[in-house]
Amino acid sequence: MSPETSALLRRRIEETAARYPKKGAALLPVLHLVQQETGCISVEEEKFVAQALGLKPMKVREVVTFYTMFLRRPVGKYHLQVCSNLSCILLGAGPLLEYLQKKLGVGVGETTSDGRFTLSVVECLGACEQAPCVMVNFDYYGQLDREKIDRILEGLE
Amino acid sequence: MDEKVLTRHFGVEGLFRIEVYRGLGGYKAVEKALKEMSPSAVLEEVKKASLRGRGGAGFPAGMKWGFVPQNVPKPRYLCVNADEGEPGTFKDRYIMSHNPHLLLEGTIIASYAVGIRSAFIYIRGEYEAVALRLEAAIAEAYKAGYLGDKILGTDFGLDVVVHRGAGAYICGEETALLESLEGKRGHPRLKPPFPASVGLFQCPTVINNVETLSNVPSIVQEGADAFIKKGLPKDGGTRVFGVSGMVKRPGIYELPLGTKLRTIIFDHAGGMKDGKELKAVIPGGMSAPILTADEIDLAMDFDSLAGAGSMLGSAAVIVIDKETSTLDVLKAVAKFYSHESCGQCTPCRIGTSWIHKIVKRLAGGEGEPDDIDTIIRLAGNIKGKTLCPLGDAAALPILSICRKFRSELEGYIPHA
Repeated sequence: MSPETSALLRRRIEETAARYPKKGAALLPVLHLVQQETGCISVEEEKFVAQALGLKPMKVREVVTFYTMFLRRPVGKYHLQVCSNLSCILLGAGPLLEYLQKKLGVGVGETTSDGRFTLSVVECLGACEQAPCVMVNFDYYGQLDREKIDRILEGLE
Repeated sequence: MDEKVLTRHFGVEGLFRIEVYRGLGGYKAVEKALKEMSPSAVLEEVKKASLRGRGGAGFPAGMKWGFVPQNVPKPRYLCVNADEGEPGTFKDRYIMSHNPHLLLEGTIIASYAVGIRSAFIYIRGEYEAVALRLEAAIAEAYKAGYLGDKILGTDFGLDVVVHRGAGAYICGEETALLESLEGKRGHPRLKPPFPASVGLFQCPTVINNVETLSNVPSIVQEGADAFIKKGLPKDGGTRVFGVSGMVKRPGIYELPLGTKLRTIIFDHAGGMKDGKELKAVIPGGMSAPILTADEIDLAMDFDSLAGAGSMLGSAAVIVIDKETSTLDVLKAVAKFYSHESCGQCTPCRIGTSWIHKIVKRLAGGEGEPDDIDTIIRLAGNIKGKTLCPLGDAAALPILSICRKFRSELEGYIPHA
């Protein structure tokens, strides 16, 4: 982490923590903040957050490993998160995932060699009316089929 | 007369902005409550309205508020449960993104009734865009004097903070939500003590679902009697049903409590997709026991569904067609709960992953003759043996699928 990044983050962490009666309660929003800047929460970021919030590093590790959205390793520029829950499965999430694996040449949990795409499988995204649904970073795309996902991937830089 | 309470103005352009919301009569209920009613009068009105919790359990909201002790020298908190993780459920996303001020108005009134000065909206981490919309609405509400100190010139004040989760279904369970909001793993707490007396930061706390709170302005504005008339005497108001799966028009439908499941699927959601035939329905989110095609002439309210051995839950209706194999349904259910078990209670942690392993083996064509009985035995050993309702939420749908579709499932076993 560069000195500029850590100074910026420390300031934003203070602001966030001030919204809670206890500093430690800000841990989840702070981890989101840090991950947004650094891409993942590795051991270095764990220690940084622990120090900023006055927590033991192990407390931070406990939380990072519990919540699926916190990433312990970097992902590609675009993180494709394919919903694999029931409503999406009913409407073709299975074949869609197979298609993406073939198209990108990676398995689930893997990143393309150019570092552009990481393919993940997630549980219900809360967009069942748009099944099958994929979240790309934080954007939702729904009612997907092969053509539609092709167009979406082409549209990404 | 428009019977809709929550989605009435969804078509209005820019409804999420405060001036549009106010132009449609928004924040009038806050004015009425704060200026014309005492906190206890608001509480009584909500009790009278038979408003039951929309998150899943259906607990009467007014009664929950009434449990909060008023004589303890500690702050009191309101937590808005916007975690919405129950598979099939997406109604709260619609309410918050289309009509965030309605939720804020309900939050202000509930806080006033219970004497709360600090509220947190716990929203699932994936709903980043929705969280931003809520934050924008909160900023508008502060500016207009509906949040902060001395709201509308009264002595009542309230602060609201949006808190994002990070991908854990269990945090929709109210005590896990509290742990998570305190910056910890989402491990449910043993009850009692109940959150009403020992909740967030060990202080008295109310936890209500988004849809529950969004009904409160209408109760204050139009009165409990009008609210009950929109639903049933023991179950007032409407429900925002979320329909997904093999129907022509998946989406949300706000309808009176007690609407028939058949009507929801075949009239409102347009019936089955072309050429598909109905096989089964999960009527209240994945945790609700499954219903077969000939069980859909049921009234959708808490008591009718409980009577039929299922539950209304989050009113998320998942429609399954005949071409879908029950094994695929069972696999999705088993995978979900084994992934989402928080790991605290052994029966749930081990039971759900064991069931998932057996179902995967079945799906791989290597099932053994007693597999269905083993799954039923394992699920029976989870049910009622865990700290929180996730154990039952896993066991009950699995048991219902295995019992109602046993012969089909046995067909996947090579030598059964």
